[in-house]
Amino acid sequence: MPAVAETLETVESLARSGYKFGFETTIDMDVAPKGLTEDTIRLISARKGEPAWLLDWRFAAFAAWRKMEEPRWARVHHTPIDYQDIHYYAAPKAKAGPASLDEVDPELLATYEKLGIPLKERAILAGVQGANVAVDAVFDSVSVATTFRATLAKSGVIFCPISEAVREHPDLVRQYLGTVVPVADNFFSALNSAVFTDGSFVYIPPGVRCPMELSTYFRINARNTGQFERTLIIADAGAQVSYLEGCTAPQRDENQLHAAVVELIALDDAKIKYSTVQNWYPGDAEGRGGIYNFVTKRGLCRGARSRISWTQVETGSAITWKYPSCVLEGDGSVGEFYSVAMTNHMQQADTGTKMIHIGRDTRSTIVSKGISAGKSDNTYRGLVRIGPRASGARNHTQCDSLLIGDRCGAHTVPYIESRNPSAKVEHEATTSKISEDQMFYCRARGLSQEDAVGLIVNGFCKEVLKELPMEFAVEAQKLLAVSLEGSVG
Amino acid sequence: MTVPMSRGEAGFLGRFEAERASLPGAPGPRAAAAEAFRALGLPGASSGRRAEAWKYTSLRALAEAGFAGSLSVAETDMAMVPRLAATRLVFVDGRFRADLSDPAPGIFGSARAPEFGPLAQPARDPLVALNTMLAEDGAAIEVADGDDAGVVQIAHLASAAAGQAIACHPRHLIRLGAGARLVLLETMSGTGRYLHNPVSEILLGPDAALSHLRLQEEADDAFHLATLYAELAARARYEAFTLNLGARLARTEIHARLAGPDGFVALNAAQLLGGAQHADMTTVVRHDAPRGASRQTVRSVLSGRARGVFQGRIEVARGAQKTDGYQRSQALLLSDAAEIDTKPELEIFADDVKCSHGATVGALDPEQLFYLRSRGVPEAPARAMLVRAFLDESLDAVTHKAARAALDAAIARAWEREAA
Amino acid sequence: MLEISGLAASVEGTPILRGIDLVVPSGEVHAIMGPNGSGKSTLSYVLAGREDYTVTAGSVRFDGADLLAMEPEMRAAAGVFLAFQAPVELPGVNNANFLRTALNAIRRARGEPELDAVQFLKLARAQSKALAMPEDMLKRNVNVGFSGGEKKRNEVLQMALLRPRLAILDETDSGLDIDALRIVADGVNALRRPEFSALVITHHQRLLERLVPDRVHVLAGGRILRSGGPELARELETRGYGAITAAAA
Repeated sequence: MPAVAETLETVESLARSGYKFGFETTIDMDVAPKGLTEDTIRLISARKGEPAWLLDWRFAAFAAWRKMEEPRWARVHHTPIDYQDIHYYAAPKAKAGPASLDEVDPELLATYEKLGIPLKERAILAGVQGANVAVDAVFDSVSVATTFRATLAKSGVIFCPISEAVREHPDLVRQYLGTVVPVADNFFSALNSAVFTDGSFVYIPPGVRCPMELSTYFRINARNTGQFERTLIIADAGAQVSYLEGCTAPQRDENQLHAAVVELIALDDAKIKYSTVQNWYPGDAEGRGGIYNFVTKRGLCRGARSRISWTQVETGSAITWKYPSCVLEGDGSVGEFYSVAMTNHMQQADTGTKMIHIGRDTRSTIVSKGISAGKSDNTYRGLVRIGPRASGARNHTQCDSLLIGDRCGAHTVPYIESRNPSAKVEHEATTSKISEDQMFYCRARGLSQEDAVGLIVNGFCKEVLKELPMEFAVEAQKLLAVSLEGSVG
Repeated sequence: MTVPMSRGEAGFLGRFEAERASLPGAPGPRAAAAEAFRALGLPGASSGRRAEAWKYTSLRALAEAGFAGSLSVAETDMAMVPRLAATRLVFVDGRFRADLSDPAPGIFGSARAPEFGPLAQPARDPLVALNTMLAEDGAAIEVADGDDAGVVQIAHLASAAAGQAIACHPRHLIRLGAGARLVLLETMSGTGRYLHNPVSEILLGPDAALSHLRLQEEADDAFHLATLYAELAARARYEAFTLNLGARLARTEIHARLAGPDGFVALNAAQLLGGAQHADMTTVVRHDAPRGASRQTVRSVLSGRARGVFQGRIEVARGAQKTDGYQRSQALLLSDAAEIDTKPELEIFADDVKCSHGATVGALDPEQLFYLRSRGVPEAPARAMLVRAFLDESLDAVTHKAARAALDAAIARAWEREAA
Repeated sequence: MLEISGLAASVEGTPILRGIDLVVPSGEVHAIMGPNGSGKSTLSYVLAGREDYTVTAGSVRFDGADLLAMEPEMRAAAGVFLAFQAPVELPGVNNANFLRTALNAIRRARGEPELDAVQFLKLARAQSKALAMPEDMLKRNVNVGFSGGEKKRNEVLQMALLRPRLAILDETDSGLDIDALRIVADGVNALRRPEFSALVITHHQRLLERLVPDRVHVLAGGRILRSGGPELARELETRGYGAITAAAA
């Protein structure tokens, strides 16, 4: 069954009101005191049992961060963040480390169930045949359960919490960590480098095609705890991997800071596909609460003919500040960015990509669909840079905005820089609304206004949704409709 | 932390301090502008404020240069100024020259009495602050309600005396009453090293129509930094076409605001650059009223180490429903060291609008080149033919015959110079 | 089934319909003919509930209920189907998905069980086949890149699936070749039963040869000038509208 045929479920979800995933679990937490000092960093590093080089690395990042200022160029506004009023470490109270799912706190598992996260055998999502999904579940800052490790190990794939990778595969981590996003790359990546607590590590050995989709579900749970995930994915020569990241967060009043860093490295002929469905708490209709999401995601196509593909569906968060990018260093390498960003109520999204063409015959594709509703602001910001060595480089960018209602804003800010005469860059952008003709046509066939909008919006996003793995596409379609609640009529 | 001011900045402020008592007009706006200039600095200078609007163009070279005040020389090579209309205002080194001009009723150059209009933003734009601070002469054009003023030429000629780099800051004010019409041809040329920093304010009444053609052929060593503001009442039309050929560093910044409903703005441009030239077209079209339309096509041809910049923003305010905005930028890179930087921007706050932009960057189509060569046209003329065809498409917006001929001739001159 | 009385409507302040009285009993097919600009399409839009058409006077009752008080989707659920003259494109919206969503929305409103994807596809394929339509039409996006004829056929396919009680065909025959015309006529004929009615708006007699109406009405200047049997359509074909509009004036 094609994913698009599932829009009907979208329609049913619309009937539900409020934020579907707004509940909180009560688990004893091991929380560091508020504030950020070298001591906080020492505590984090000690709890993780890290080697000295990593502690030094964190200190270097912290020193850089202290000299930096929050970036202000994005079209987002928020009350100042007090970085000393945040807990930088929270862990579920340590038992002796669960050896299997049976040992995991049942309340934690219950939470996952409510979220519909397919842990255990349910990881094989209902109705999707042959789709194996390995889940490295992150509950607040510590990974508590990882499934399918054995299957992956058989093919030589390493998929584990990054803190474990630091212990078990120190050479790999040390070789690649911070090579794509240097510690002082930007304010938020520097902060992350200083205090990151966990995240995923993936290594696919040469020539291996990862036997299943890898998936991490993030969940922000502890009150006032910033999340500083660090993800590092390496696809060695000829390797292939598809990675899924999905997020839901419980409803709460305080703004929560999230500043993740994701680094991808693709060697010769390697392929990495990274898909995200982001559905963090967006705040209420008046803009109270909601997650601040300042993320640095970047992939390096280091090898010849390598390919990195980002697909994102961003419906959550009060503020989204996110530019998954590709550095196309290897000759013939390919970068892709497919994005749906939807904002409603008072949400603000400033998101896009950078495609940095360095090698010869590099190609990039950007497809961005922005949907603004309510009183929200939605900005596409992107850079396409063709360096002098990038002969034969190609870029095509398509950037479409859809406005629903006359209180929102849609903005397009592309930067195009070319320094090679044989390169070819094309950029197209449009802004439109759902036409009355389309609405009437759907309603004359029996669809309610909300159903009609959901259908048309999903159609508008189809080019992006079809890039998602199927189980994600279904979830994304529902999310789009749920996020549009209250925006029509 | 205060960074010391650059030589150029200090020079401009020094000149203002020395001459402020003798500068014409009310002193208030000038003093405020000087304060703004001091605060903003020149973009790219070490003391200058970093500004997104100046991302791709630095005025460091200007900041490091020194300029004398404008000079008026008796000997003027009028052969450099094509005569394009019977009514003509001539400015030499920024000074209005009544002896060389043919004014008409309502159309005259003011000598040492620039008129500051309501549109310019010296507090925001450093070059406008500089102009307001030091402006001396300028054109004053007023077309009464319902009048058709025909064709008027404004000619700027810089004749910088040997060894003496001059700076001039003319200030023009153009007003068209309700239903008035005007075709304005501006030619800008010169010799030597100089800064030409004009500011124009254009006010169009209801149903007024201004066709504005700008031929920029400044000297190789010149800085050309022009800022234009246009404001349109209901149903007014402003159609501007800029041809950028000269100057080592050129920037044309146009702010057009559709203040009344059903207005129309076209901001088209073509630029042909070589050597180490740098030319920047920066435009902001603001739709503040319903049913306005704006059109923009900018074509750039870059060879040598030339760098072209196009920044174009369409802003649609809340309530400006049924706006129709369109913008296209196309660039041809003819050499390995040439560079184009493009930033087309949409900022939309109304839902019932149709706005789009497109940008393409590439080289001459090898298939077209091959086709021409296979028909016997040698490579050099074949390339010239294709470049011409590329530019001609944008020139088609220019319907005034004499102006079109002047633009064509100027392109031919520039291309020959490039080929040489 | 459909009772229109004294219906007047305007578009952006311009009166288009100036008092229409028309009754279409259950089981009958009525044709509305008339010159360009006579108000034919306005009538169909008003019946389907388009918002920018303002009803200024009169009433429309459908099975006794006040049709004008209903939202467009309620009219669809009640069994009114408008085959559009120029169906709009829905980029990215899969035709099969659209049809299933519409069908299930209507079934839900009628208290009928919804169809799952498998049941629906079986039904849709069967109907496509019956209407001699290529199956790939179901896979394509709604009306996107469809030729004029394909769009019209798609409307007929929708009608066949949704099984309305009142079908309004707004110049569905225009721009169709003979084969397509036959498909449209057969499509309507296949739905003919005692509880089905149709209002066929057309310029030409051609369609009415295959889709024989019970009554023919001539609409001009926003009013029905004459009504008669099928022979009226033939008369119009030979004598044109001029004679009738002149006689009425």
